[in-house]
Amino acid sequence: MKETEGPGNLFATLLPQAGASLLAIFLAMTVGGVLIAIAGVNPYEAYSAMLQGAFGSQFAIANFLTRTTPLIFTGLAVAFAFRCNLLNIGAEGQLYMGGLAAVLVGVYVTGLSALFHIALAIAAASLAGAAWGGLAGLLKTTRGINEIISTIMLNFIAIFFVSFLIQGPIAEPPGFFHQTALIEETARLPKLMPRSDLSVAIFLAVFLAVALSFVLWRTPFGMKLRSVGLAPETARFSGISTNKYLFGAMAISGGAAGLAGGSEILGHQYRMLDFFSPGYGFDGIAVAFLGRSDPIGVVFAAMLFAALRVGANQMQRETGLPSSLVLVIQGLVVLFILAAELRRWLRERAVSKGKEA
Amino acid sequence: MIEMEKITKVFPGGVVANREVDFKIASGQVHALLGENGSGKTTLMNILYGMHRATSGTISRSSQTLTIGSPSDAISHGIGMVHQHFMLVPTLTVAENVVLGTSAGPNRLCPFLNLREAEERIASLSREYRLDVDPRAEVWQLPVGAQQRVEIVKALYRDADVLILDEPTAVLTPQEANDLIDVLSNLASRGKSIVFISHKLNEVISLADEITVLRNGDMIGMVRKKDTDAKDLARMMVGRSIEPPELPNRSPGEPMLTVKSLCVEDDRKLEAVKDVSFTLRAGEILGVAGVDGNGQKELVEAIAGVRRAVSGSVETKHQGVSNREYARRIGHVTEDRLKTSVVLDFSLWENFGIKTCDTSPHASWLGMNIGSLKAATEAAISEFRIKSRGPDEKISSLSGGNQQKLVLARELGLKPDILLAAQPTRGLDVGAAEYVHQRLIEERQNGMAILLVSTELEEILAISDRVIVLYEGKIMGALAARKATREVLGLMMAGERLEEMERSPGERN
Repeated sequence: MKETEGPGNLFATLLPQAGASLLAIFLAMTVGGVLIAIAGVNPYEAYSAMLQGAFGSQFAIANFLTRTTPLIFTGLAVAFAFRCNLLNIGAEGQLYMGGLAAVLVGVYVTGLSALFHIALAIAAASLAGAAWGGLAGLLKTTRGINEIISTIMLNFIAIFFVSFLIQGPIAEPPGFFHQTALIEETARLPKLMPRSDLSVAIFLAVFLAVALSFVLWRTPFGMKLRSVGLAPETARFSGISTNKYLFGAMAISGGAAGLAGGSEILGHQYRMLDFFSPGYGFDGIAVAFLGRSDPIGVVFAAMLFAALRVGANQMQRETGLPSSLVLVIQGLVVLFILAAELRRWLRERAVSKGKEA
Repeated sequence: MIEMEKITKVFPGGVVANREVDFKIASGQVHALLGENGSGKTTLMNILYGMHRATSGTISRSSQTLTIGSPSDAISHGIGMVHQHFMLVPTLTVAENVVLGTSAGPNRLCPFLNLREAEERIASLSREYRLDVDPRAEVWQLPVGAQQRVEIVKALYRDADVLILDEPTAVLTPQEANDLIDVLSNLASRGKSIVFISHKLNEVISLADEITVLRNGDMIGMVRKKDTDAKDLARMMVGRSIEPPELPNRSPGEPMLTVKSLCVEDDRKLEAVKDVSFTLRAGEILGVAGVDGNGQKELVEAIAGVRRAVSGSVETKHQGVSNREYARRIGHVTEDRLKTSVVLDFSLWENFGIKTCDTSPHASWLGMNIGSLKAATEAAISEFRIKSRGPDEKISSLSGGNQQKLVLARELGLKPDILLAAQPTRGLDVGAAEYVHQRLIEERQNGMAILLVSTELEEILAISDRVIVLYEGKIMGALAARKATREVLGLMMAGERLEEMERSPGERN
């Protein structure tokens, strides 16, 4: 057999992965630049407007971080489930259920100290999300229903269930608007910067990323969960109850997505509006993908996507380019990563074929 | 006639499968391509058959250079190949399978099949080469040996005069293998050239006229059968001489595993194990012989607790514990290593710890003790001489033999009193297999009860105390390995009961 060279340390394995993501971003920005030039705008000016929009002032940065927070949560949700080989398309629905639980606790539970009220609301948000995600897990483990299908459908149920509640049962009296009442002051997360939307939720998001990273890589639970994702039969032959882990992964994933909804409500929206998420749950799929399903990678990927979104408005104001151009750039990033993945897959296949022979 | 010169094949990723290999095939000859697993035999033939392209080197026929970019090029040059796994559609008839992919009509443009004509041609080929193939039989009804002959007919129908067979006897009973050997020598005597790939010395010697030996992608040499013997060939193949393992005397201890009237279904819900009973004792190796797919897999999985038994019982000291604990107490080297023993994307230490990562000393309330897992893996690597860069290397970059050693190290590291070893040396080279045998014998000396499932009779005969033979899920008989012969076991593998053979020895011969 051939001896392979080089050290097998963490960097050697992580760096090429991050490298592929960075390359994809660079290529996407380059192609995006060409598109901008075709639209008759200097790409340099467009991109610097975008940077200005995201990082140009304290408020821009606060805005950027506020936007990053839900993307970290939903990105973590998709990434964690994916480690167990589950494709959770339902982060959006789980986010709605989390938001609903947070607003219910925030509005209808009164007389608590801020600390307890916040803790209770956050716990409720994550549990509601976990229940919604766990439901898809249960459908998979007991009835063999593909989680992609069930989570997509559970999205609709959650979103329109919440919409129904907002338009009637829990609408703010007297009920003119499709929105709930404002949550109690005691349920609101502390602000990090006055007069901005930025709250401590960003810390919660980063903390969750570190915690999930620890769980995945440094606990027996995480190792068994990953083995179920990568080689379910080997896991089963090792006495691991695969159903338990499939369910657990979906529930934890849903919990993270629920926190995205909770943190939006408790952090700065303070009430629930109809369709209050602009698709954070779906963006989470791309975020998890760009972050290579690594919790820490997800944090950086969420930052990129948030910066693109926040910067897009400034770019539109200054250059007249449609802000939806950043959606094109987002799509290109995903496409280039897919291309890199495909290449890696083809190469690995060729190598394993070579081994067989 | 066909000449491959200085063939080098480098796979993307840098694996060198062939290094400047020369290979000549003369007509009317049976040429064996001998080498251990991973020595590059199949790659070399896949290049000749157009499945792979050589990185460098030339292929020529009567000093005319051939370019073979695909199997259809190869076929048009008269080269046919019978793969290890047959490429047949089970629900079609023999004739339909044979014409599949050819223009079976009167000419290329005619869209209609002329099956009758094909059937006639197949029947005449079958007569000419004594293949005994019925063109109208449906393939799924045919035994494996007959399916293989259908593959041969397929190649002959396409006017192949060079026939490549990849490990043709791997799926056959010893008797079927003998029939195949007759068929191949008959083909050769009628001017066809046969190349067959093998790592089994005995069949190479009984069949081949010329033998080319590969090792690690290098061509070691080409010899004529009359100038060589098994010892020489083994030395060429492995690079050193191999001593057969010796089973020291030991009287077995108390029963460790009792299987009573066990019935198990396979994945298709068909009864795969039928009323099987046996006892395995401490310090004993019980060999389970049989052609692949006769219930061995289901039997072992039922004992390992990963497949539910329909009826009957499995009794050990460990009944009643959780699945996880049971998997820790019974060592199991599984049959399908890649699918059920390892996680390819995991590092060595993760694979090593997959059963023990949640028990002391490898786990505490703080999480996994990665340090202790890595240290244990490191110890296993040096004890089992696993070729690797260390515990952090991914197991997928190890050779099959080294992966298997890690699995064996993991399972023996559990200190089980029962070890289920299903095909423990399948896909291993001779050196690694020798080591595995040695370890199994050692553990037997220390009192482990070992169930050894193997389709290789040599392996079973060499290291078992007793042998049982499975045929269609039933035990055909049990006998002491000392008293067993290849012939008797071969007949049992083909479905003869031992008692019947003993009752009527006169009628047999």
